[in-house]
Parts: sequence; C-alpha cells; structure tokens
Amino acid sequence: MNYQLDGQEVPADEEGYITNLSDWSKDLAEVIAKEEGIEMDDERWEVVNFLRDYYDEYQIAPAVRVLIKAIKKTMGPEKGNNKYMYELFPYGPAKQACKIAGLPKPTGCV
Amino acid sequence: MSETVKKFFYVNRKAPYGTIFAQEALEVVLIGAAFDQDVSLGFLDDGVYQLVKGQDTKDLGVKNFSPTFRALGDYDVTKLFVEKESLDERGLSADDLDEIMYEDEDDDWAEKPSIRIVSRAEMADIMADQDVVLSF
Repeated sequence: MNYQLDGQEVPADEEGYITNLSDWSKDLAEVIAKEEGIEMDDERWEVVNFLRDYYDEYQIAPAVRVLIKAIKKTMGPEKGNNKYMYELFPYGPAKQACKIAGLPKPTGCV
Repeated sequence: MSETVKKFFYVNRKAPYGTIFAQEALEVVLIGAAFDQDVSLGFLDDGVYQLVKGQDTKDLGVKNFSPTFRALGDYDVTKLFVEKESLDERGLSADDLDEIMYEDEDDDWAEKPSIRIVSRAEMADIMADQDVVLSF
C-alpha cells in the first residue's frame, strides 16, 4: 500500500508503514494521517514528534505501554494516560502514531 | 495482567555484530517485556562486548542497536547481569561499558544503574533461580 505525495509514489508495507524511514516529511505525515482517518493538530503532532525523538535516541519505536509511560514522564499525567492517547489515535496510539511518524511497527507490538 | 509472572532470563554470549544473535535477542527481550514478566539479561563470554561503549557500525552498514539497551528501563527491564570473569578474560572492566540507567517510578524517577557485575558463581545462581532461560 503506497502513498502519493506531490505526484511521487512513496513505498509502504501492507499495513501502511513506510519502507524507507528517510522518505518521511511533515507533508507525508499528513497524507498518512488522512489515510488513517485522522486530522493532525497540535496535540497529535506533539505525540508524533515525541515518537520521532524517541526513535532517534533509542532506535526503536516503543510499545504502547512504554509510549504512554514516557509521555507521562515528560508531559505529565494529563497527557500520559490511555484515555487521552486513544482519543488522539483511536486505533492504537503506538501503532497509528508510529505509522504517521514514519517509523517501523512498534517493538513488542504483536 | 497475567496471574502468573515467570522469571525470564536471556543469556547473551555472542559479540554484537557479525551475527544477528545479539540484535534478535534484544528484540525478543522487548517483545517478552510487553507481557509483564520478570525479565533479566545475562552477558557472558563475547556477549559482554554488546555493552561496550562507543560502538560505531557505519562501515558495517548495519543499524547500531546499542542505544536500544538504554530503552530497556522504559520496558521495566532493569537487571543486566554482566559476568566479571568474562570481562577480565577480555581485558575489559566496568568502565568500558555503556552507562545504562533506569528511572525508578516508585522512587520519584530516581536514576539507577541497570548493569550489575557479578561473578561466575553468582551468575550460575541467578540462572538456577529462573523459570525460563533463553540462550542467544
């Protein structure tokens, strides 16, 4: 399942995770989000940017439990909880946000 | 959460690069940790090289997964046992290893070291105390 951006084809796997991490851009993130039925706003960008930073630092996309705990640690409990995160990304905060962030499927996500 | 928590011990005996064992082991550890089990890791023989700091894989063309060890704390994997004899035999000491810390949620996120250097005899006791031992 590939994405279309500015007339270019961006390769992705059958679940919609992009094949080359370097293909990612903010514009592509918007395209992937639309495909997921998600409208990007400041709150969602905050999570997507957080995931990209996490990947930069640790070279993995965290599992949902780990993501929520890490968000709780850096942004506080009002954001680091299941309810808030599932409101932003109804089909799984780690899965959907990682996909939009251009990262691989979360490790420990089965 | 599961009713029965088992003690899982992952034995790492191979150098980090050259084979896929080390990276796959880490992947399995992270997947296993998602199931709320009691997970700890052992590093012995050439496995101690996995924790040596300053790894650079650029010329190998493979991902440097050393930074991922530092994410283990987020997965509640906070026990990394390193065998002293294996370090000694390779001319290594604790100072040559990456600093891997975890933050203790129950202690106001205080930073604590995950790496514990143990003797061969202690390593044997730790292994004997496990429910599941997986060797890589």
